[in-house]
Amino acid sequence: MKMVKSLAVIGLTCFASIANAADSLTVYSYRQAFLIEPILENFTKETGIKVDVVFSKKGIAERMMREGRLSKADIVLTSDFYRLMELVEKDLVVPASSDILKQNIPEKYRSPDDEWYALTMRVRNVYSSKDRLGKLDINYEDLADPKYKGKICTRSGKHPYNVSLVASMIAHHGEQETKTWLEGWKANLARKPQGNDRAQVKAVSEGLCDLAIGNSYYLGKMLQDPKQKAWADAIEINFPNQDNRGSHINVSGMALAKHSKNQAAAIELMEYLSGDKAQQVYAEVNFEYPVKADVSPSKLVASWGTFKADDLPIYKLAEYHGAAIKLLDEVKFDL
Amino acid sequence: MVLGLAKGWSVAGYTLALLIIMPLIALISQSLMPDEAVFPHLFDTVLPTYISNSLWLIFWVVIGSLIIAIPAAWLVAKCQFPGRSVFQWALLLPLAMPAYVVAYVYTDLFDYAGPVQRSLRSFFGWQTPQDYYFPEVRSLGGASIMLALVLFPYIYLLARTAFMEQSTSLSQATRVMGCGPWKSFWRLSLPMARPALAVGAALVAMETAADFATVSYFAVPTLTTAVYDTWFEYGSLTAAAKLSTIMLLVIFAMVGFERFARRKQKLFQKPSAPGELDVYSLSGIKALAATGYCSALLTLAFLLPFIILVKYAYGYFAQSWNQEFFEYSFNSLWISVLVSLICVAIGILLMFIRRISPRRADVLPSRLASTGYALPGTVLAIGILVPFTHLDFAINDLVEYFGFEGPGLILTGSSFIIVCAFCIRFAAIAIGSIENSYKRISPSLDMAGITMGLKPVGLLRRVHIPLLRKGVFAGLLLVFIECMKELPAALLLRPIGFENLATYVFQFVSDEQLEHGALAAIVIVLVGLIPLIYLNRSLEHDN
Repeated sequence: MKMVKSLAVIGLTCFASIANAADSLTVYSYRQAFLIEPILENFTKETGIKVDVVFSKKGIAERMMREGRLSKADIVLTSDFYRLMELVEKDLVVPASSDILKQNIPEKYRSPDDEWYALTMRVRNVYSSKDRLGKLDINYEDLADPKYKGKICTRSGKHPYNVSLVASMIAHHGEQETKTWLEGWKANLARKPQGNDRAQVKAVSEGLCDLAIGNSYYLGKMLQDPKQKAWADAIEINFPNQDNRGSHINVSGMALAKHSKNQAAAIELMEYLSGDKAQQVYAEVNFEYPVKADVSPSKLVASWGTFKADDLPIYKLAEYHGAAIKLLDEVKFDL
Repeated sequence: MVLGLAKGWSVAGYTLALLIIMPLIALISQSLMPDEAVFPHLFDTVLPTYISNSLWLIFWVVIGSLIIAIPAAWLVAKCQFPGRSVFQWALLLPLAMPAYVVAYVYTDLFDYAGPVQRSLRSFFGWQTPQDYYFPEVRSLGGASIMLALVLFPYIYLLARTAFMEQSTSLSQATRVMGCGPWKSFWRLSLPMARPALAVGAALVAMETAADFATVSYFAVPTLTTAVYDTWFEYGSLTAAAKLSTIMLLVIFAMVGFERFARRKQKLFQKPSAPGELDVYSLSGIKALAATGYCSALLTLAFLLPFIILVKYAYGYFAQSWNQEFFEYSFNSLWISVLVSLICVAIGILLMFIRRISPRRADVLPSRLASTGYALPGTVLAIGILVPFTHLDFAINDLVEYFGFEGPGLILTGSSFIIVCAFCIRFAAIAIGSIENSYKRISPSLDMAGITMGLKPVGLLRRVHIPLLRKGVFAGLLLVFIECMKELPAALLLRPIGFENLATYVFQFVSDEQLEHGALAAIVIVLVGLIPLIYLNRSLEHDN
């Protein structure tokens, strides 16, 4: 009997320790861990809530679907708007209502139903070779212009950043026209799509191509790395479509996981991430544009100049995402 | 061997085998589910390219490996030339090198921006890529070369053994009849080694089909990368399972071929009588060519990439020598050790049942259990997640039914799932190694043991295991190396937040910054080297 009792005590203590863990949060992050860790450390210092962040490049939504109600996730961080939509579509998140969040994040950058919030913005820029092309007044549509034949580099068309761009083209021009545009762009490629955005800048600096497409913050990061600074110095950053609809904007963002066991603390963390301090760190460390209106971008980013952003509400892009992937397959963009 | 085994043994054997083939069953049943039009779309657009890429890649890697490996194996087995004793084992070293690391290093060298093309440009005054032609490294051809460079040792090893085992008297006969080394190679050695070559080729083909990292880095989409992308881009597990099933068909065709080849092997190979080795002494230009060939091969497949890795690691040592590095090394290590122990235990149990039981049905479990190796990591991952997720939920429901708080995802959310996947994938290696050892134990020993009143457990413990030592140890080491290198299964199954050396290195490779992961890559290589060298030693002693 004594044995049974002591076993029961041990068992209960174990379960109690699991229950006590409610004072900690688990963040599933598509964003690299190093970027958010300093911010989360500050949050823990201020609130006493411990945060575990787990990083994965792909498949977080699939994992959460599988984990179902047993999932440990409290908050999901993504580096692309479509990942946010995907979470909503697969019914993996719940609305997070908070006045602070609404105050901090402009309407344009959050879901109408509070299901997700953007944290930072980035522009899908066109980089051009300083020596060979100089600063350009260019539109995304020009990527298909035959005059750039054999001169453009890009990463895989299927990468979320490019898929979002294609989706925005469909939103503005329709599927048929976008397909023609994609075919033209593919025909202009200097090499098969490969590498990441950084690799494209490198390719331009080495003369393999004259134009490349890439997110704004990569440039900032490369300028910081002594080894890569030379590559970054060889290119100009151009904001596309300034004379018409504006540049394509993508956002990173966050959402509250459906099965979060500790929603109050999770919302507290979300509010913290949308606040001045965290937004500033994002801007300084990762060279992104803060979504909170009164936080300014880093000096370096500011030096690239101001730009006009596409007005299309980003959640609209979700409607065209599936079509975008199918078009990319149809024109065999990556093959 | 006749010894009445209790039913329990058979049950254990079958349970084990069923556990091992469970992912396969789950995968096939998943692939039969209806699917949201993703698969037909893939079929209409990119799938034909994926399939043809896979087949061409396998074809070229096998051809490439054969061309590289056969001459090396024959030279080392049959000829005397300077450096032979070193090449004998050193040519196995590339096995310790993950293919994607070699791929990265060569891309850095031969890319447009790399030193080779840069010096060509400055020498000839070329300005743009349009001014000259240079083969693209990141292509199907490039991937074939990279894979052939690290996979050829499989063929080399088997071919070398086959050449060495060819009866000396036959070779002497050909010499008497006036055949020189060349003629003897073409007319005698090569035809006789054909079954061994087929086995090696099938191994290379299976490894190629399983490769995920190299082709994904080279942007050459194959069925393996397609499985991964379909799962995550389209979010369709069913379509991914359908693709996996196609892949399995391809692989089972190869396994069938290998089995077929091995069946004949027994007829061909007879152990050579002990005595002086049949060796052609090469001299002059021939010796030079032999040494040159082997050293070039060793340099390209191992030394050069390794030196460049060391250079990277040296340059970025301060950043790489950190807590993460130790944590991930430890993860790799304990998983590899644990998995190799489990696999060997599985091997011993299944082979023991098979040896000792007169029932025909007891042969089946070890056969079934060997199919795991044919499942590429990506495919295996899908197959294993499906049933274990169900099991996880069942456990939680049960615990909650009794009024406690459920334990959460104790199977799929922990490293248990990786250990399990690795065991399923690599059990075949341990089984094979122990099977070979068993063949050398005379059945009369079993009879003697039984006569002296040993029960099955006693026989296993006191007679078999001491005699199986070598096979057990070889099995442990082989499984260990594979576990250190295995990437796709770890990439897909690692519990969130868990990394090992392979996933850590690959993360840097896909970010185009291997410099930061070079130290970790070196650990993978070095840890793999020690078992390789030991294994080679024990093989030599056998011969």
